Amino acid sequence: MAEHAHDIAKHVKVYIVIFAVLMVLTLVTVGVSYLELSIMSAVIVAMFVASIKGSLVACYFMHLIDERKIIYWVLALTVFFFIVLMAIPSLDVHSGEGVVVNR
Amino acid sequence: MSTDHHHNPGFIAKYVFSVDHKVIGIQYAVTALLFLFFGFCLMMMMRFQLAYPGEEIPVIGGLLAGALDPDTGGFLHNLAASLVSSDGFLLPEGYNVLGAMHGTIMVFLGVVPLAVGGFGNYVMPLQIGAPDMAFPKLNMASYWVFLAGGIVMLVSFFLPQGAAQSGWTSYPPLSVISPGQTMWLIGMVLLITSSLLGSVNFIVTIIHLRAEGLSFFRLPFFVWAQFVTAFLLLLAFPPLEAAGVLQLMDRVAGTSFFMPTGLVVANEVLNVAGEGNPLLWQHLFWFLAHPEVYVLILPALGIVAEVIANNTRKPLWGYRSMVYSTIFLGFMSFIVWAHHMFMTGMGETMSIFFQTTTMIISVPSVIILTALVISLWGSSIRFTVPMLFALSFLPMFAIGGLTGLPLGLAAADIHLHDTYYVIGHFHYVVAPGTLMALFAGIYYWYPKATGRKMNTMLGHMHFWGSFIFLNAVFMPMFFQGMAGVSRRLYDQTLYYHGDAVQSLTRMSSWGAWCLGIAQIPFIINFFASLWMGKKANDNPWEATTLEWSTPTPPPHGNFTTVPVVVCGPYEYSPPDKPDGFTPQMTANA
Amino acid sequence: MSVAEIKYIDKPHPITGLTNGKLGIWLFLASEVMLFGALFSSLILLRVGSSDWPHGKNILDVPLATLNTIILITSSVTMVMAWASLKMDRFDKFKLYMGATIALSCAFLVIKFFEYSPKFSHYEAFLKPAAVSKYEDHLTGKASISGHIEKQTDDEIVFKPDTPKGDHGADHGAEHDGHAEHAEITIDRADIHRLTSFGPWHSNFLGIYFTMTGLHGLHIIGGIVVNAWLLFPGSVMFRKERERFEGRVECAGLYWHFVDLVWIFLFPTLYLL
Ligand code: HEM
Ligand SMILES: [Cu+2]
Repeated sequence: MAEHAHDIAKHVKVYIVIFAVLMVLTLVTVGVSYLELSIMSAVIVAMFVASIKGSLVACYFMHLIDERKIIYWVLALTVFFFIVLMAIPSLDVHSGEGVVVNR
Repeated sequence: MSTDHHHNPGFIAKYVFSVDHKVIGIQYAVTALLFLFFGFCLMMMMRFQLAYPGEEIPVIGGLLAGALDPDTGGFLHNLAASLVSSDGFLLPEGYNVLGAMHGTIMVFLGVVPLAVGGFGNYVMPLQIGAPDMAFPKLNMASYWVFLAGGIVMLVSFFLPQGAAQSGWTSYPPLSVISPGQTMWLIGMVLLITSSLLGSVNFIVTIIHLRAEGLSFFRLPFFVWAQFVTAFLLLLAFPPLEAAGVLQLMDRVAGTSFFMPTGLVVANEVLNVAGEGNPLLWQHLFWFLAHPEVYVLILPALGIVAEVIANNTRKPLWGYRSMVYSTIFLGFMSFIVWAHHMFMTGMGETMSIFFQTTTMIISVPSVIILTALVISLWGSSIRFTVPMLFALSFLPMFAIGGLTGLPLGLAAADIHLHDTYYVIGHFHYVVAPGTLMALFAGIYYWYPKATGRKMNTMLGHMHFWGSFIFLNAVFMPMFFQGMAGVSRRLYDQTLYYHGDAVQSLTRMSSWGAWCLGIAQIPFIINFFASLWMGKKANDNPWEATTLEWSTPTPPPHGNFTTVPVVVCGPYEYSPPDKPDGFTPQMTANA
Repeated sequence: MSVAEIKYIDKPHPITGLTNGKLGIWLFLASEVMLFGALFSSLILLRVGSSDWPHGKNILDVPLATLNTIILITSSVTMVMAWASLKMDRFDKFKLYMGATIALSCAFLVIKFFEYSPKFSHYEAFLKPAAVSKYEDHLTGKASISGHIEKQTDDEIVFKPDTPKGDHGADHGAEHDGHAEHAEITIDRADIHRLTSFGPWHSNFLGIYFTMTGLHGLHIIGGIVVNAWLLFPGSVMFRKERERFEGRVECAGLYWHFVDLVWIFLFPTLYLL
């Protein structure tokens, strides 16, 4: 993409802001982990914060916020299969007896 | 760049470390053919033990038993010790080695490298009018990493612990505790890396480097097949790579990702942390391995489509529905994997879900096959050698596909699971199916790659021998399996139900050896035609697709003029010239 | 234009708007998503099936990992700045930022080393059920004592137990103030069911921790190699084929941000939960 120097200069400002936000969010997750929340809420908070951080990195540093259509398509496909992959544990847990042999 | 052509690269740069997709394609194809032959030899040895349990293997048994002599060199001794007894018959462990390595080599080192690495690499860029792959160096790296993986697999035979014994599926906990598996895992990680490099390259090439005018719906079906295959490789292989890394950790770092608590090995509780889950491996393995069967079959369908269109002299019937079916097939292949795991005690909901998706995925396969059959309708077929192979593919793939349906239904699978029925089913898909299609491809594109045609007479001998004996090998397996004979069984005569059908096993074994003999005309033909074959012109089959509009064999850069595409891929017998055809490409001089 | 020329290595394709390299790197990242996805999925499955999954923060070094998080995020920023400097025609600043990125990545690995190494001299003795009551006062886990080995003989181990932390040690915590000296104890080998250091073999938690952070570490090393190449020998391309060089830096950046992104998820899942 033929971006002009002043566009880039604007980008740079954004990068700095994102950097600051990421730092704050890092401290937030670490801080929250000392609150002794129940495991369920701890997972939710941690994943929520991580998702925000991840999206910021993807959107601004990787410029996904303003990317070509075909990349969105590739990623949409990947996300679909990623979700399928993430379903594996639930497959195992809900399938009842005789599957997880722990003891 | 404008600096790097018009110079004469040396022999090594031109034929060994070449970045030209045509050379790499041929390297892939030749290596894969050698591996296919090797994998087949392993199977011929196994078939002897099955047919004549506990007897000395002719010739090879004696040779190997001779190497058992402690004076022989270490490597040969290792090989022999892992396979045969001092009387020259196959050991049970040796049987397991041969079975596991046959499966692994056939799938990952034989069929896929030939279909994707060989044909895909050689033909696809030509068919889309590209000068080369988008990343030629990556392409070369992909071949060399593949070769390294293959060598690791081969070397494992000669190490003290022997080659892997746990089947191509490598189910833990057995795979984690049996010898030889570490090399298998290292080899697999290399093979997976190679195919990831390849698939990125294929996708970018197809999206970016199509010739002017070559829209997606003017692509030959073969290119579509390669395109979908590349996505399967790209997204399904990484989970197996992850699983391979986890299993490698279990073996070398003493973790217990797949090891349940309290596992007793050789009368002792294994000293590991435990709490692992063997089924995790199965999920990750089949997450790859079901899409993998489409990797085995889609390129074959692509080849058959090309050959059929060319020899019926008609456009393919239902080209678009074939394309949509292929895409749908690729998509669905990610959500059927657990039909390999009905017997693991999964819940009813899950089993219903996977039965349903499995039944759904059979629909697009049937559509493709039907379209191909209907394409034959009302044409005056040219029965060339490639066409014979392509035609035989149709019924044999149909048998393979239809016998799969009962396996996708949990109730029937209770009886059939892990029997020879399964072996029969998937071999009809991959051997009489894919292998026949790959042979069709070899006879079809050989003139383009070498400038000479293969001999027709030898081709006919090869075809009829293969056709008859492939069926002789695999048809009995259905009956054996329905009689309850388990797969991966060293000696079925030890069981009443097995002994009762031993004659079928013998038939299958004799079929396999005759099949071996039937390959002799092919081997002669393949080499002799290089020098003695009839000279082929640029377009010996009078075909339409782009690879036939360049010189034979194609020069570096593939095309002498910039190709511009003016029509669809199969404009045979157009209204204005019923006996002719319209090539896709016009020269844009 | 020659027929043999591969197009779109420096200029974007008119329809997709991407160069070959950029499309390729995104496809590669898609496969990486599936690779790490499979590992995360495995982690969840193992954790759900486990009877005694530890709290990461009781075993792992959270301060060091936090520092590493900060370092890695910073390196992502310097990476994107390196690319932006190129775009703004400031080759000198590109070198500076790229150098900083590499330095930060090396720092990450050094810290990782200091995080890994103590694990291998820190032990846990899992006791046989019958022996648990004998060591009741020193337990750090349900039926185990973790600590450092001071001396060992064929039938005894002199062990310096850790201060109990987290859930199990909630009642001890108040008395000992977290730093109290713990006396050495002697454990009979016959009472031990399994003695292990805190390496990957310790438990599935540490196993997956070492596997995932190790694989992530390999990605870091890969990134360092690529970035160092772009900074030194590869940068001559800047003068000859500027667009192509910018494209390479952009692709390396995408990869690097992805490595950062993976860490952003690894950090809470392994260390904090
Ligand atoms: C063409 C000649 C072939 C013959 C005679 C043959 C024969 C066999 C037999 C008898 C078995 C079962 C062994 C047992 O369960 O003990 C087997 C297993 C297998 N074959 Fe083949 N096969 C051939 C070609 C192929 C091809 C082309 C492929 C793959 C593309 C293939 C893939 C496999 C796999 C994956 C297994 C399962 C191995 C395991 O149990 O882990 N075979 N083959
Ligand atoms: Cu399947």
